Amino acid sequence: MVIEIKELTKKFNGELAVDRLSLTIEQGEFFALLGENGAGKTTTIKMLSCLLAPTSGDALMLGDSIVENPLAVKKKMNLSPQETAIARNLSVKENLEFIAKIYGSSKQETKQKTEELIRKFGLEDYAGKKAKNLSGGWQRRLSIAMAMISEPEIIFLDEPTVGLDVRARIDLWKILLQLKGDITIILTTHYLEEVEALADRIGIMQAGRLRALGTLEDLQERTGLEKLQDIFIQLTEEEEGP
Amino acid sequence: MKALAFAGRNRKEILRDPLTLLLGVVMPVAMLWLFSSLEGIMPLDLFTIEKLTPGMIVFSFSFITLFSGMLLGRDKTTSFLMRIFASPMKASEYLIGYAIPLLPVALFQVLVCYGAGVLLGFPVDIHALTGFGVLLIISLLYIGSGLALGTYFTDRQVGGIFAIFVNITTWLSGIWFSPSMIGGAFEQAANLLPFVHAVDAARAAFTGGFTQLLEPLLWVIGYTIVIFGLAIVGFRKKMKGSK
Repeated sequence: MVIEIKELTKKFNGELAVDRLSLTIEQGEFFALLGENGAGKTTTIKMLSCLLAPTSGDALMLGDSIVENPLAVKKKMNLSPQETAIARNLSVKENLEFIAKIYGSSKQETKQKTEELIRKFGLEDYAGKKAKNLSGGWQRRLSIAMAMISEPEIIFLDEPTVGLDVRARIDLWKILLQLKGDITIILTTHYLEEVEALADRIGIMQAGRLRALGTLEDLQERTGLEKLQDIFIQLTEEEEGP
Repeated sequence: MKALAFAGRNRKEILRDPLTLLLGVVMPVAMLWLFSSLEGIMPLDLFTIEKLTPGMIVFSFSFITLFSGMLLGRDKTTSFLMRIFASPMKASEYLIGYAIPLLPVALFQVLVCYGAGVLLGFPVDIHALTGFGVLLIISLLYIGSGLALGTYFTDRQVGGIFAIFVNITTWLSGIWFSPSMIGGAFEQAANLLPFVHAVDAARAAFTGGFTQLLEPLLWVIGYTIVIFGLAIVGFRKKMKGSK
């Protein structure tokens, strides 16, 4: 397994944000983490990407502990944050080169990886354009390409398609489908059709706890419902009940 | 290497913003010309080009505080900082990366304002080299102030706080009038802050008054260390994570 999460817990001022989360994610898996706002998805991703220290528990990322050895973990993973995190006054090419360099790539490697990512993400026509002049969809595409340039074994995508129009979202799905299988992807999203289209396995969080875990078929079987939207509503309502 | 790559990105972000040139260079030069021309109407000692040029260079550094504070604050607001915090860079590399690109900006401000001063009659002599060195030390005070503001506040908040900051550096720096003219609490406040000392140190350096240089420069260095310390503490706290 690539990720082994063990009793991961985070409290903010005594209030539980993530409550004893335990699960494993396999090599090359596309894992979707679902939940309402405040369910603990982003906090979980921040802990797994060593941006937030857990209150208790741990997670092993390709064998390295996020608590004991965060620097080793950071070298193997990358993330595309919820908001588009790009350097606005740098061109598309410069953004990619910059991230490659801070992950330790040599000049030659940087050039090679940048060209490769520009081609893979269809950014050829925009390579010299300043990132701030791109549309929202292209900025997201760049943001994900920036996460990919360090050649991570694990990538976190925190709501990568939020705010995009239908066409830009579907274009981005195509890109994500290309990545599937090569690296381990952990996706958080509010768009359930995105999960149906992309994810191998789904985890549903509510109030910091993992409420359900399995493939779409597993969840359909457990609830007797067909649509992920209905499954999600039922599973999260169970917890909210009187 | 990583710090230099990060510095390169920050340099491009700052220099590609037209406001950098307008606020950091054009405005101080215009003010230098304006106030030096007032000397004929209001024959104040402070409006002589010898006093005004070093003072105006120090004033131009206020905008470095704005540039560095806004850049760091914006990186925080847009999650860019989150992206680079997730990289295997260390806290020292981040701070070096933010601070380094501002030194050439400060040097550029020094050279342009000095050049403008010379055109307006500022004497050219060997002490200018000491002046440049002292001014670069002073610029660290303003770079550190920006980093501290950007660490603790968002870009929008930095914009608002800078309006107060630039007023303080204007009124309590002794560039246009000596705080002793008002006296009392105003003078005491000015002397407790580093800005008037920064201007005194710059003026002393350009005139070769080394005996008058040491004390104000020590004030500036002391404040710079404290302000950088505050920025480092805040930055490390941010790196450990917040909600």
